[in-house]
Amino acid sequence: MLDRVAQAQHTIEQACRGLDRQITVMEVCGTHTVSIFRSGIRSILPEKLKLLSGPGCPVCVTDQGYIDAVMQLADREDCLIATYGDMIRVPGSDGSLETRASRGNVKVVLSSEDALQLARDNPGRTVVFIAVGFETTTPATAVAVQEAASEGIPNFCILSGHKLVIPAMRALLSGMNDRIDAFLCPGHVSVIIGSGAFAEIVNDYHRPCVVAGFEPLQIIEGLAEICRQLAAGTAELKSIYNAVVSEKGNTAAQRITAECFEPVDGYWRGVGKIAKSTLALKEQYRQFDAFKRFGLQDKPGKEIKGCRCGEVLCGLIEPMQCPLFGTRCTPQKPVGPCMVSSEGTCAAWFKYGRRK
Amino acid sequence: MCLAVPARIIELEGDRAVVDAMGNRWKAKTTLLPEAKLGDVVLVHAGFAISQVDEEEAKKTWELFAEIEEVRSENFDG
Ligand code: SF4
Repeated sequence: MLDRVAQAQHTIEQACRGLDRQITVMEVCGTHTVSIFRSGIRSILPEKLKLLSGPGCPVCVTDQGYIDAVMQLADREDCLIATYGDMIRVPGSDGSLETRASRGNVKVVLSSEDALQLARDNPGRTVVFIAVGFETTTPATAVAVQEAASEGIPNFCILSGHKLVIPAMRALLSGMNDRIDAFLCPGHVSVIIGSGAFAEIVNDYHRPCVVAGFEPLQIIEGLAEICRQLAAGTAELKSIYNAVVSEKGNTAAQRITAECFEPVDGYWRGVGKIAKSTLALKEQYRQFDAFKRFGLQDKPGKEIKGCRCGEVLCGLIEPMQCPLFGTRCTPQKPVGPCMVSSEGTCAAWFKYGRRK
Repeated sequence: MCLAVPARIIELEGDRAVVDAMGNRWKAKTTLLPEAKLGDVVLVHAGFAISQVDEEEAKKTWELFAEIEEVRSENFDG
């Protein structure tokens, strides 16, 4: 294995030596972010190669407007909120789910199935599943919705904030941050959508896209492949995660997702509105749509004062450039979502970045 | 939260499975991976099997997790 690391490192160094400019590679996956920090990969990369974390943490990219809608529901007596643990400490304009949990109407679940079970067990209350996450997580929500429909569970609904990775990458390249030279593509999202899904980024924007897994070796080999392409002036789609990812992805999951959801324009923290980037339940499942059931709107919320998560998510600044980083904002007392989530860029920098 | 863990299917009835990773067992569904069979190693995310994984790949991840757990308990508590 050490041979392979050395080989990859050599490729990276050679490629960078031949380039007369800095190159910027963005990863769009919270797990990559954490793995890059934990393994110390940054410290063995040449100065010229800059790694940026993009909008890859689902909790972080969720707009404040959505968070505030969640809080509104959590304040209702007739609702029971079922959420993945990551969301629980994200600050809304007025407190977080954690601050509401003491009243007993917020439950942490490990899957959409658990949320559905909660609805079966509590027929007197409406269970709202806080459905956030990228393509990897969405099919699980879709299964629960279909089950609720076929079983006829009236007190179950979801607040869909599910997001699509590719429209976000397109939005970044079309203006927000066009300095990005290449993408290290998210392995587990690719399990579902297939590595082939990134072909449009390669073709339309001429940027190398390399799908990699999460082990340090995979990441460094992914970076080597990117550097090789950049040095050669080419842009190709390549997957080095072939043991798990296929070109077509998981077609059963894609089908179930497409049966339940359709892409609509949606808001992302820091980026704003991105066309066809968020998944909403189709009309036939409207009774399970918490937005419709409670007359809520997915509208942009007020950004948290002083927090620069938006710019961090787009790779425009590094967490250290936020004046609150490490002073008023720490993982113990987070101000913004990028510090809350363990996959958040600010949290990763706080935990590992300073060890370098 | 996008973390997916490789685990072996040790019980399977319809689309309801029990999976095992390094002795940790939990329930998962195979609705999204209808071809999954008893004994297969699969990637499990948010309660669902989402793809097949080969044994070698799974082993590497399990080792990595074991290592992380060790490091975590040494350095990063709190
Ligand atoms: S350090 Fe805190 S306040 Fe600053 S961008 Fe990150 S999460 Fe927001």
